[in-house]
Amino acid sequence: MAYKRQIDRLPIVPKDAKEFNVTCHYCIVGCGYKAYTWPTNKQGGTAADQNKFGVDLSKQQPAETAAWYAPSMYNIVRQNGSDVHIVIKPDKDCVVNSGLGSVRGARMAEMSYSQQRNTQLQRLTDPMVWRYGQMQPTGWDDALDLVARVTVAVINDKGEDGLFVSAFDHGGAGGGYENTWGTGKLYFGAMKVKNIRIHNRPAYNSEVHATRDMGVGELNNCYDDAELADTIVAVGTNALETQTNYFLNHWVPNLRGSSMDKKKAEFGSEPVARAKVVIVDPRRTVTVNACEVEAGKENVMHLAINSGSDLALFNAWLTYIASKGWTDKAFIDASTKNFDKARAANNVSLDEAARITGLTADQIRQSAEWIAQPKAGNARRRTMFAYEKGLIWGNDNYRTNGALVNVALATGNIGRPGGGCVRMGGHQEGYSRPSDAHVGRPAAYVDKLLIEGKGGVHHIWGCDHYKTTLNAFKFKQAYKKRTDMVKDAMMTAPYGDRAAMVNAIVGAIKKGGLFAVDVDIVPTKIGEACHVWLPAATSGEANLTSMNGERRMRLTEKYMDPPGHAMPDCLIAARIANNMERVLREQGKGQYADKFKGFDWKTEEDAFMDGYHGHEKGGEFVTYEHLRAMGTNGFQEPATAFTDGKIIGTKRLFADGKFGGKDGKATFMETKWRGLQAPGKEDERKKWPFLINNGRSNITWQSAYLDQDNEFVMDRTPYPYIQMNPDDMAELKLKQGDLVEVYNDNGSTQAMAYPTPTAKRKQTFMLFAFPAGVQGNVVSPGVNEFIIPNYKQTWGNIRKLAEAPEGVKHLSFKSLEYTGRSA
Amino acid sequence: MSHCDKMVDAGRRRFLGGAGFAAAGAAVATMVPAQAKAAPGAARVDYPSNRLANISDLKPNEPFAVAYPDTDAPGVLLKLGERVPGGVGADGDVVGFSTTCPHKGFPLNYNSADKTMNCPGHYSRFDCESGGQQVWGQATQNLPQYALRVDDKGDIYAEGVDELLYGRLSNVL
Repeated sequence: MAYKRQIDRLPIVPKDAKEFNVTCHYCIVGCGYKAYTWPTNKQGGTAADQNKFGVDLSKQQPAETAAWYAPSMYNIVRQNGSDVHIVIKPDKDCVVNSGLGSVRGARMAEMSYSQQRNTQLQRLTDPMVWRYGQMQPTGWDDALDLVARVTVAVINDKGEDGLFVSAFDHGGAGGGYENTWGTGKLYFGAMKVKNIRIHNRPAYNSEVHATRDMGVGELNNCYDDAELADTIVAVGTNALETQTNYFLNHWVPNLRGSSMDKKKAEFGSEPVARAKVVIVDPRRTVTVNACEVEAGKENVMHLAINSGSDLALFNAWLTYIASKGWTDKAFIDASTKNFDKARAANNVSLDEAARITGLTADQIRQSAEWIAQPKAGNARRRTMFAYEKGLIWGNDNYRTNGALVNVALATGNIGRPGGGCVRMGGHQEGYSRPSDAHVGRPAAYVDKLLIEGKGGVHHIWGCDHYKTTLNAFKFKQAYKKRTDMVKDAMMTAPYGDRAAMVNAIVGAIKKGGLFAVDVDIVPTKIGEACHVWLPAATSGEANLTSMNGERRMRLTEKYMDPPGHAMPDCLIAARIANNMERVLREQGKGQYADKFKGFDWKTEEDAFMDGYHGHEKGGEFVTYEHLRAMGTNGFQEPATAFTDGKIIGTKRLFADGKFGGKDGKATFMETKWRGLQAPGKEDERKKWPFLINNGRSNITWQSAYLDQDNEFVMDRTPYPYIQMNPDDMAELKLKQGDLVEVYNDNGSTQAMAYPTPTAKRKQTFMLFAFPAGVQGNVVSPGVNEFIIPNYKQTWGNIRKLAEAPEGVKHLSFKSLEYTGRSA
Repeated sequence: MSHCDKMVDAGRRRFLGGAGFAAAGAAVATMVPAQAKAAPGAARVDYPSNRLANISDLKPNEPFAVAYPDTDAPGVLLKLGERVPGGVGADGDVVGFSTTCPHKGFPLNYNSADKTMNCPGHYSRFDCESGGQQVWGQATQNLPQYALRVDDKGDIYAEGVDELLYGRLSNVL
């Protein structure tokens, strides 16, 4: 039986409830929400003058009402030391989501720490240290002293290259401008740490190097453009599941034809119609289905290419479009360079591209027509290009990214209404750090160095390599061995004898051990190997700023207390800096200690003012006070002025035709096809029968770090699914829900078989980064020239482990695709 | 992963029996003079026992439109042909669900081919053979299912709902 809450009524938000601006802290879209809080011994009433909504709640409310909230939007939390009711519900007035809540964001209240209602009690409340053979609570001073002393000892011995760091670089929960600045100032300001990597990849690098190198920042359009485009090209993005309300609130109106008035208002007499969609994805996703439902199959082209062959398709588009004369010559001349060079280098025939991609030449030709064939009256077709992990974590990342931007530039579709060439995004953004130039390019392959025994101390900020890296199984084995050496050494000294303890730790490090410090909000998988856990606050427990996929910056106001002694990451970074400064002075290293000055922040706002306000483009116009006034709509970065109480933003980048290159031009890139680029991938493809494609699902956020403690999610997804063609399942004698082992030479992992008739034979899709079965275990260490991982092109074999366990017997295994009414 | 189901269950009970009750008492107190004794309130709403249909009205796999707990709350009875969770009747195959999507309140359509309820608003799907489990979608709860009883005459009564209905903060208005 499916999980039911058995809740048949909820407390009503009273008229005088406090109201806070909230941006959903999960995905890139950053939907606007409002949090309402009020004392536990009060409640509103059904009469219109007794509740926050001013409506008669004794009546049934209609569809899309703002005057209703689900049980998942309600909780009791601590605020300024007192218990309060809280409702966090979507904000109808936010232009991003217009009141829509996703299955992730609409659970924010239920996913909050509540001792009163026993939700998210997994949250860390105290610093924890390895003491007497297990993790034990301690005070901040004690934990920070230990971290500082060991870190300084390692630097004394190995220099700053002995300090390894894994750190978020994004916005939303586990990130944000305050916290990227706090960590950035510590590791790139006070120190010059080189061996650092980002939360979901093994090095410190951009996932979209190519577009930046071409002078085209990757978040260059606005969500309105999806309503204005003639054609949307979606590459390796399953937007309905992973940028849900961007798709529902901005793509669907164009697919349905209900944004026609908006188009007419914007484009005058230019011919307009409902959107056509080209989707490049080896797999049929729910996004493909929804596009067909809304736009009609005749307006949707699903190009189910051979996995990893995107680049050849894009080069064929460029070649064909140029040969037909459908390029935007005026734009190319005025705003770009190297077009002819790139066109010549990337030249590929339709037939050759068809051979590589597995498409027909007709499919490629027709999709090129949808992209660039002029409309009636020779009007330029407005095409928006959107891409995400299918490209970013796919074959030959750098060149493939460049090849797509080539097509967008050639057709004049950047900086113009209805255009853009944008990544769809995972997390929100929120990057503010001192220069990372010293890291170099290519950046250090940190995970590989850790496996090889390099480094002595590892600071981890909101990352979980055990779930979200490539070659994860071998990484885990090596990491456990090294950190166990330190754990064993720590048991030889009394914890209270700090000098003896540090000596024991340093001794183990000299023998190849690793001391690991994990800053996070919950106990993580890699945390099992760590020696210190530092408890962080998350969004809503501290003020937090981030921007979404159209650069829309908002402030999420603090609406509840962090659990126990947890602190915002920026303040944890500051306190580490303070302690390192103290220890260095104690050791007579005054000059080095001076580098750790400037961390006397008391609040997250101090970090914001020091970082974003003081250092980012347009930051001088942005303060907490100004952002509060901008509400859930915020402004689009960069800010250009503060006028009449409002921050003035930037709707689209490059609208003036000036790009990021030194000469203001965008540069076309030579992107010749070179097969499966990452070392070992081609052999892996030949050796193993199944493609182990992988990615995200609608219901789980990221690595399920909070979802793993949510009954509603775990009831639906107790194990990561692997979608398989039913005939493949029959061959392996698998029934739905059976646990299978996925294995290859890189490692092995487990998943739950989910029969999927639309899956191609021998092409599976496994949920990524799930705690009960880590897909990264079977991903090879092969990367591109800039150490970007290639998760998507993974091949392996599958065998049965066990019959469906009791915990999956209640599950539905029906198709995920919306069907409408049956005939 | 450490996971303590007992604690979670205890928490749920505490919510239903504790906070909900206390809040209901407080509401009453605001409506009467300050010195008055708070009136007792029930922890849960009182569901009516409503006759929705007779077994003989149901045809296999054909939706039978009903409303429960009142006429503003549309629902459906289904005779699915196989014993299912929450099913009543001689074959344990009769179930009842709300037909208002718990995401944004759009009316759900029944797909008899795979026995799911489907939402044209945002593509959510619920499995009528799995207690209304959301197969895929935007709602943060599974589809509210009726507690059904069949009497000797074959009359089908609804006597409760297991999730909050969309558009009302109390299942009984």
